[in-house]
This record gives sequence, C-alpha cells and structure tokens, in this order.
Amino acid sequence: MNKEKRSLLKNDGVQSFIASIICILLGLLLGYVVLLFINPAGAGEAITSLVKNFFNYPNTTIALKYFGSTLVKTAPLLMCSLSILFAYKVGLFNIGAAGQYAFGAGIAIYAALAWQLPWWVCLLLAMAAGAVLGTISGILKSYCNVNEVISGIMLNWITLYAMNDLLTNVKESASPYTMHIESVSPQSIMPTLGLDTLFSNNQYVTISIPISIIIAIIVYIVMEKTKFGYELKATGFNKNAAKYCGMAEKRNTILTLLIGGGLAGLGAGLFYLTGFEQWSCGQSAVPAMGFNGIAAAFLGGLNPIGSIFSSYFIQHITVGGAYLDKSMYCTQISDLISSIIIYLCGFVLFMKFVMNNIAAKREEKAKAAAKAAEQEGGNE
Amino acid sequence: MEQAYAIEMLHITKRFPGIVANDDITLQLKKGEIHALLGENGAGKSTLMSVLFGLYQAEEGVIKKDGKEVNIKDPNDANRLGIGMVHQHFKLVECFSVLDNIILGDEPTDKAGFLKKDEARKKIIELSDKYGLSVDPDAIIEDITVGMQQRTEILKMLYRENEILIFDEPTAVLTPQEIEELIQIMKNLAKEGKSILFISHKLNEIMEAADRCTVLRKGKYIGTVNIKDTNKEELSRMMVGRDVDFVVHKEEAKPGDVILNVEGMTVASKVHHNNAVKNVSFKVHAGEIVCIAGIDGNGQTELVYGITGLEPLKEGKITLGGRDITHASIRDRNTHGMSHIPEDRHKHGLVLDYSLEYNMILQRYFEPQFVSGAGFLKRKNIREYSDKLIEQYDVRSGQGSITTARSMSGGNQQKAIVAREIDKDPELLVAVQPTRGLDVGAIEYIHKQLVAVRDAGHAVLLVSLELDEVMSVSDRILVMYEGEIVGELDPKKTTVEELGLYMAGAKKGAGGNE
Repeated sequence: MNKEKRSLLKNDGVQSFIASIICILLGLLLGYVVLLFINPAGAGEAITSLVKNFFNYPNTTIALKYFGSTLVKTAPLLMCSLSILFAYKVGLFNIGAAGQYAFGAGIAIYAALAWQLPWWVCLLLAMAAGAVLGTISGILKSYCNVNEVISGIMLNWITLYAMNDLLTNVKESASPYTMHIESVSPQSIMPTLGLDTLFSNNQYVTISIPISIIIAIIVYIVMEKTKFGYELKATGFNKNAAKYCGMAEKRNTILTLLIGGGLAGLGAGLFYLTGFEQWSCGQSAVPAMGFNGIAAAFLGGLNPIGSIFSSYFIQHITVGGAYLDKSMYCTQISDLISSIIIYLCGFVLFMKFVMNNIAAKREEKAKAAAKAAEQEGGNE
Repeated sequence: MEQAYAIEMLHITKRFPGIVANDDITLQLKKGEIHALLGENGAGKSTLMSVLFGLYQAEEGVIKKDGKEVNIKDPNDANRLGIGMVHQHFKLVECFSVLDNIILGDEPTDKAGFLKKDEARKKIIELSDKYGLSVDPDAIIEDITVGMQQRTEILKMLYRENEILIFDEPTAVLTPQEIEELIQIMKNLAKEGKSILFISHKLNEIMEAADRCTVLRKGKYIGTVNIKDTNKEELSRMMVGRDVDFVVHKEEAKPGDVILNVEGMTVASKVHHNNAVKNVSFKVHAGEIVCIAGIDGNGQTELVYGITGLEPLKEGKITLGGRDITHASIRDRNTHGMSHIPEDRHKHGLVLDYSLEYNMILQRYFEPQFVSGAGFLKRKNIREYSDKLIEQYDVRSGQGSITTARSMSGGNQQKAIVAREIDKDPELLVAVQPTRGLDVGAIEYIHKQLVAVRDAGHAVLLVSLELDEVMSVSDRILVMYEGEIVGELDPKKTTVEELGLYMAGAKKGAGGNE
C-alpha cells in the first residue's frame, strides 16, 4: 500500500496539482498577513469574502449571474495563458502576449464599431492581429537574434498607444471609453446560444467560454500527439539537437510566436466582443490579462488542461477582490491581495522541485535504514 | 618516514538521492609521492575530490592532514590547508597575462592598494626555474599553447605554496610529447616534496608516472597497489572488474568507390577571427575508416560542422556518393545517406528531456511509419521501433523506451545515439569522438560497431583525440593541425611518436610551437 502511495506522489500531474494547491494556500496566507498589518479588525472577513467571490450573494440567482461574469473574464485569461504556455514549451517566453492581446482587442473593437462587421470576422481579425505581432517578435528573434522578451515588451507599449490612438475614433464623446458594441453593431456581439439563460440571463455569457475550452484541448492535442508538437517541444528542450536533426528551428520559432500571438489576440476578441467591458482610450498601462496569463500558465502546471482551472481560479480571486470592505481598506487593496496570490502562483515549479527533493531524501533515508537493519540482522 | 601521510581520506561515504557515489573509500597520500586515482567514468573520482575540496560534505568518514583531523567545509578551507587543483578545463582568463592569472585572487598589494607585480614576477620566475616549467610570465594566455596554459595552472598552485597538488585528467588535451614533459614536471615536483594526486583512466601514463595507485569501481574502494608490483592488465581488471580486450579485431580494409569527396573546404570559426578549416581536401571510400587525428581545437569540430551542414562553407565543394551536397540542408543530408554521431551528445545528440523512444526517432520522426497523414504520431510504431533498437544494440535504461534520456548513463546515452545513427544504414557515418567519457566496456562495443559499419561496405569518418583509438580503429589517418591537413599516415606503418610530431605541427615545418 505504501508503495502505491509513493508512485502516485511521483506522478507528474499529481505533483503539479499538489504544488499548485500549496502555492494558492501560501498566497492566501500571505495576503491575510498583509491585511492584518493594514487593519487587523477586518482581515479574516476580508480574505473570506475574497475567496467567496459571488457566493457573497445569498441569493442564488444573483450569485449565478456573477459566476457567469467570472467565467466571461476567464475565457480571455485562458487564451493568454495558452499563448504563454505554447511558447514556453518551445523555449520562448512570450511576454509580448500582453501587447498581442491589446492589438487583438483594438482591432476587434474597431472592426465592430467602425465597420460593423459580423462577430466571427471581428474574431478572426483579432486573432490575425495578435499573430502579426507575434510574427514580428519571431522574425526579429530568428533573423536578428533579438530576444523575444525585449521585442515583446517594446511592442507591448507601442501597441497600447497605437490602440489608444486608433480607438479614439470610435469612443464616446463624453467619456474616454469606446462606444457600446451592442448598441452600435449588435451583429458584432458573439451569440449566446442560450448559455445566458443558465446564468440568470447574464447576457455576457456567450460562446466565448466553450470556444476557449475547446482551444485549450486542441493545444493539448497538438502538443502531445502530433509531429508538429514533437518538433516544437524538441526545439524548446534543445535547440541544438533540433538543428542537428534537421528541424527548421528558425521557422519553428516564428511559427510558435505566430500561434502564441494568435491565441492572445483571439482571447482579446473573445472578451471584448461580449460587450462586457469597453476600452479606455486614456489607459496608460497594458491590459494585465497578458501578464496574468503567465501566472495562470505556471499555476496550471504548464498543462493546457490545467490552465483551464488555474485561469478560472485567478479570475475568481481577482473578481473576488472587489468584495473587500471598502470602509476598512482602500480600493487598491483588492488588487494588491489578488496580485500577491497570483505572484505566489508563479512558484509552482519551485514547489515541485522542493517536493521532489524532500521525497528523494526520505526514500534515501528509508533505504539506508533498511540496509543498516539488514546488515545488523546479518551480523547477529 | 614511510608512515608520513600528507592527506588521508578515511572511510569516506557520500550519498546522493538514489545512489551511493562513494562507499567507504579510503585514500592515503604519502608526502612526496605521485599517487594515481584510477577509475572509469562514474566510479566516484570526482565526488571524492569534491569532498576533499569541501564542495560536498561526506556523510561518513574523516579527512586528516598530517595526521590531524580537519574539517573542510568549503574550497577556501581546502586552499588554506594547501590543497590545489589543476582542473581538466583550465580556469584561466584568456586575455590576461600568465602573471595576472597566477596572482588573480591572491594579489600582492602595497598599503595604498597598488599591485606589486614586480615582486610577483620575481617569485614566479624563481618557481618556474626551480621546477623546470619555462613559462614566460608576460605572455598572454590566448597566445600560448595548451601545454603552457597547463603549466600556468601548476604555477598558480605553487605560487600559493600548495603542498598537495591534484591533477584532474591532465593529459587529455596534450600531445604525446607534452605528456612526457608533464610527467617529468610531476616527478620534479614530487622530488621537491610536493604530494601529487593524479586522476586518470589512462593506464600507460599511470604506469609511467605514479608510485602508487588507488582504484575505484562503481563508488567502491577496490584497492591500492604499488605500481612497480603491478601491470596494465591487473590495473584494468581492477578498474573494470573483468578482463579487457585492448585490441580491436578487424580484417584488412577493402576500399571501394569514393563516398565522400571534400574539395577545398574552408569553414569560418565562431571563436576566432581566422578560418578554422583552411582549404581542406580529402576523400573517404566505401569500406574504410578514415580517422581525423589532431589535438582538440585544430579545426576538427568545424570540419565536421561543414560536412554535416551545421555550419555553411565559406569555400569549397562536398559530394556524397557523387551528389553535390555543398548547399544541401541538414535534413537533406540526413535523409540521403549521412549519419552523424555528434561530438557532444548532450548538446546535439539527444533531447535529454524526451523519452528514449522519442530520441530514437529523432532522425526519422517525419517518416510515414511514425506519423500519419494528418500529422499525428503513431505511438505504437514508435514504441515497437524503439524496443527493437534497444534490444538489438543492448541499450540499458531504467524503464526501457519510456525512460527519460537524462536519467540514463553516459555510455547508454551514447549507445542509443549509435543505434539510431547506424540503423539508418548510412552510406557515410561521421563519428566524432564516439567514445568520449565512456568506460572501457562501452568503448570496446562502439569500436566493434564502427568496424561492422565499415565491413558492411559503408564509409566511416572518425574524428578522435585519443591516440590509442586512432591507431587501433582507423585504416587511414589524416592529421589536422591549425585547420589544415598536414599529413596522411598509415596506422600500420607509423608510430605514436611520429603521429605526435604531426599533431604538434612540428613535422610540417610550419609554426614554432615547442
């Protein structure tokens, strides 16, 4: 029985899961400590309301509605985490996902408001936009040896301001926000296919959620079951070996960032084409979605299926942050706490490493003890 | 006097997760002796030295210096006790002078913090004369020969007044002549009362240089013998645990058609500004093993890169089986008759994080037998193919096909590569240092495979730094020196000494290297 238990613990998937849970708990603990420092009176209540998120509403109908809203925000995060994860498996760090997301958002919104195109065209345009940006990073990396992190970060800012500029053309005159898509161009809003009725008529719950989950599964299959995934992962693990056996590593690098960009861009489309949120043309920070995608990818154990759950969790915490008692804590505190938790989520790999070390040491000790006992027995 | 030990490591046991690297090992180094530490790769030599240097702490056992127990917690403690080491890969600053490298970390300064180089120079010249090292303190490291660089490392230890000198595989990078010189230097040092620990797996050198020899095998202490009371065969039996066949058995070569034809090949070097391979021409025929001999860093790596397509040619032409492949892609060469056992199995040869089966198909994963039309991998076929190779080439691993390549031993990793490359049934097999870092048993095996490929009527281009291998395996030897082929020798008619002269560039008349 003991043996079975050990082999289960050695299973990579199980390890990832446990490591993720430990990270989440550590994050919550640290967040709680910070709240204690700021105002000890409400800390306990604050952290529970953060975790409870929509359960804060006693009424199931309302709770369900807000659950739907959390899901709406999960879809784009999942796409961003897939973008990061896909590139990461190939040995690239696609920090440009944030910019690719912003580009996808800008193009989707513009296509909807200025040209009033149907939703699926807007979606494809968003994906193409992200892919273009990713390709730029990929070409720079392959042919000019520019690190994808550097080009990604720079493109993030270039894109943000370019989008602010572009979307000023379609913003409301009285506010910095873009116009509501559902009133200007209803055909650009994604269909709900009745999903809204499941969530107390939350109109923002659309096919974006199933689409993102299906894409996660596709990414998993491509990575694990196909020749394309075999090549990409080989390139990621060992670029030199990939070159040695004749894989086109330059092409693969570009293709990877193209796909990564496409995923992030599509994620933006899946979010803004629900009409849930409008773009603020005055924003001076790249949307956090791309960066949170990094945490979601790691918390999900760098597994596309794991990402589905980790993305949901991170959105759950982020949205839940809004329920902190504003009379005790300033408004920024909710962001602070959720970012502490997200930050800790990045430690999954480290946790796995620690767990493996502990397990190996224990095993070694047990073996040594068994051996010693055996020898003693023999001596007698 | 006999009992005066400079350093004693008594009953050292060091465990790592899953393995006992040192199991109750005792090593006693007498004052003024040259003591060899012999063992195959993975026998625990490095671990034992790391314990002595304080890089690892032993779980059991004690270390004594001059009979007193000492506690070595880090390399600084080891330095303070007068223990110094010449590493296999020198730790020198390339663009500094010999003098600067020697005083680095132990700079003599006056009160204001200025360097007192004159004083250091005087001391270095004195030491150099005393031990016959003949090193110019003002020469720049990158300009001097490897042998001189090694002597700089030795001076570094002497300058710090180390009493116990450890040489980690010091002869791997030297020509036969330089090896002679080094052994003489070691003997001089021992005569002056320094105690020397000489780590090696080359039996000839141990027989020549050492007074006593301690043998390790698979982490265990096998024994310590007096060199004058033993012979090569006994030492190798202690090291490997069985009798070893040193002779490669092969028939006379029957060269056939030209398979590889290289004409005027020039390849640029990534390390230096000059060309690493300069206007080289040669042919390799079917049914023969042609060996490129030479000291490391004379253009062999770049030559292979040029032939296999890892680096573009600057000039020249290559044909394989009559077909011009000068500008062919790597994939094209790999699928049209060329196999390549790369120099560095971790860098090029394997994807260490992939399973063994995925590594077995690295050169043919795109073939229809392994991938469906829709691009899905055919796992069953991959597993079958991998199991077949594992069986046929006796590749041993913990879990067979699903073992992660990283967790396999070096010898079995290399066997996997050999299996993969030979199973492609290539017209030309390019094997670069195929036995590097392997134990005697694996070396024997790989040599047999190379000969088998030759006997099947294929061409073999072998690049080797090991003279024994060059002499015993090849049918024809080409010597490379500074990017050029300076001689063609017949292994049956030449001697190791003559080969050494070519390798050092002395036989060609060019270059004034000592």
